[in-house]
Amino acid sequence: MGKLKIEDLEKIAEEARKKMTIREGGGRAKITVHMGTCGIAAGARNIMNTFLKEIETHDVHDVIITSTGCAGLCNKEPMITIELTGQAPVKYIQLTEAKAKRIFDEHIMKGKFVQEYAYAIGSEKIL
Amino acid sequence: MTTHRIQVMVCTGTGCVSNHAFEIRDAFEREIKKNNLQTEAAVITTGCNGFCGAGPLVVVQPDGIFYQLLKVSDIPHLVAEHFLKGRPVKKLMYIPPEEKTPIPKMSEIPFFADQTLIALRNRGMIDPEKIEDYIGRGGYKAIAKVLTSMKPEEVVTEIKASGLRGRGGGGFPTGVKWESCKKAHGTAKYVICNADEGDPGAFMDRSIVEGDPHSVIEGMLIGAYAIENVTQGFIYVRMQYPLAIHRFEVAIKQAREYGLLGKNIFDKGFDFDIEIRRGAGAFVCGESTALMTSIEGKVGEPRAKYIHTVEKGLWDCPTCLNNVETWANVPQIILKGAKWFSSIGTGDVSVDPWGGSKGTKVFSLAGKVNNTGLVEVPMGITMRDIIYKVGGGIPEGKKFKAVQTGGPSGGFIPETLLDLPVDYEELAKVGSMMGSGGMLVTDEENCMVDMAKYFLSFTQDESCGKCIPCREGTKRMLDILDKITMGKGSEEDLVMLEELSSMVVESSLCALGGSAPNPVLTSMKYFREEYEAHVRDKKCPAHVCKPLIKYSIDENVCIQVGHGCDVCRKQCIDNAIIGEKNQAHRIDPSKCGKCGICYDVCKFDAIHIE
Repeated sequence: MGKLKIEDLEKIAEEARKKMTIREGGGRAKITVHMGTCGIAAGARNIMNTFLKEIETHDVHDVIITSTGCAGLCNKEPMITIELTGQAPVKYIQLTEAKAKRIFDEHIMKGKFVQEYAYAIGSEKIL
Repeated sequence: MTTHRIQVMVCTGTGCVSNHAFEIRDAFEREIKKNNLQTEAAVITTGCNGFCGAGPLVVVQPDGIFYQLLKVSDIPHLVAEHFLKGRPVKKLMYIPPEEKTPIPKMSEIPFFADQTLIALRNRGMIDPEKIEDYIGRGGYKAIAKVLTSMKPEEVVTEIKASGLRGRGGGGFPTGVKWESCKKAHGTAKYVICNADEGDPGAFMDRSIVEGDPHSVIEGMLIGAYAIENVTQGFIYVRMQYPLAIHRFEVAIKQAREYGLLGKNIFDKGFDFDIEIRRGAGAFVCGESTALMTSIEGKVGEPRAKYIHTVEKGLWDCPTCLNNVETWANVPQIILKGAKWFSSIGTGDVSVDPWGGSKGTKVFSLAGKVNNTGLVEVPMGITMRDIIYKVGGGIPEGKKFKAVQTGGPSGGFIPETLLDLPVDYEELAKVGSMMGSGGMLVTDEENCMVDMAKYFLSFTQDESCGKCIPCREGTKRMLDILDKITMGKGSEEDLVMLEELSSMVVESSLCALGGSAPNPVLTSMKYFREEYEAHVRDKKCPAHVCKPLIKYSIDENVCIQVGHGCDVCRKQCIDNAIIGEKNQAHRIDPSKCGKCGICYDVCKFDAIHIE
């Protein structure tokens, strides 16, 4: 570490913020991988790893990956839900590594959801 | 892998550390490794989250899931369920008092939801030992702004206009203090951070330092630049705060490495450095003049203040002393503006800097309250909201009696004044004070005479002894309170107590003596009937003062309901209970030590206290 100039401050801040977006619960997109027993058995871990790798290759820092339990559609696993800020959540089913990559490219990076893999838009009503 | 999908924020403030937070951190690291999640989950240690009563606590981000009262044995299950399978563990979450459903998200727990954070803005969000984390949250941007675009006098004007007042107790307008020190003659001037928090039950400053030490350093940098001719600052912190000292040391070292302390900061020709001075933990050294004598290496005793420290302070040089919380507020005022800061709080400071209380105040909430911990609330919030909304009310449905604000030198505030807006003037009006922000809640089981005695015994013990009114006066007052709680007091003693109080208030040299009688005066004002019960009827209504209470067994209840169960006799440590199994029992008053064990173990309510 050397002596800082004022311009360096922003660089350090930028670098630190990459790690901290997650802490602040912010982020432009959220990928939720359904990881109930059914999901894990159907290969959800592999899907999650694919997304983690995609995030690394694309060097994006505003995408959050989280996991949740079974969504009740065990025969459609592995399954994910993608939420872009301000848009309705989209559920994708029966994923493979290749499908996951395409979803990342088109939905996360370009904002267009992949209709042919999508199962539903929106969530159930909670009473 | 640079990004982890899960960040485990482990609170490592002193409260959680003493509840084994470091073992919890190690357990997380172990389990994460065991489950092969090292690339997905990172463990981060943070400063105090404030909810100390729920510690050791952990917040799992990005979802903000709040886990409390963790044990090392909970961690394997937590990691497997939540991190691996995505099922947050309900039984480790916070459940509000008298409710059944846990609240998973930190932001939805009333304790956190009702707070406004300025001084504690980074709590739980940054690792206090990483300067990059502080910079990532906008740190050192304020000093950069000041050095590039503001003249020293503009900084003083900004702080004055914000309405910021001393958070250590006095409530002196910070900008006015800076201005006086700036105008004072002298080529060498100093700034000091008072981190000698000594009130029993107060831990605001310690938590700020432990959670965000750089905010204090940046505040001091801005103050030094504004006052001018300041190249050296001191942080005075007590030895009893080892973690705070450690975090300051780390922070100062990192700031020096980045050139944020030292010569020619940001190449703007501004030099400033900070040294830590450790105090021995004398309460009087929190008083500004005593603190400065202590830094000079002499016995920490106060001096008369007709010569102000801003003119002649440390080594007779102009010195500006502010407390930890005050300094921590400064960078935010510079970044967000005086207008933003003064929009929070009470009164109007545009003409008179004493005209209102602006911004927020950090309080440590302790005693008989459900959510003990550290809270930051806007000035002007009612005492009721602090105790019942943020604090979650009184445990076990007991009745509130009084709240002691301002530490041992503050006063008691009774239930009738609970809707009082909390600011400097309102608290002073009712005989208490803001102080540094200690808040001790008492309930129906606390005896006010006993509480007053407790606080007075603290100030009496901590009196430095330099001036007679404080040294002797508080001693005599304590003798009288002792007599009253022993059942040997008379009505004349109450008169004498009042007389002595006003003598000590009026003739003591420093604020320690000047405020020491406050707990006595306010408890006599609002709970006079309790004092009278002690001296007139020789009774302690709260059943606290042992010489004034008597235990007895209702023999009818004992035999008819309890069938002489004999439990009390077996548990009695004084062998004071007479009776055989299946027969009525009674207490021999000559042997009874009044420990209360029999009362606690009797399942049939046969034992009475009067």
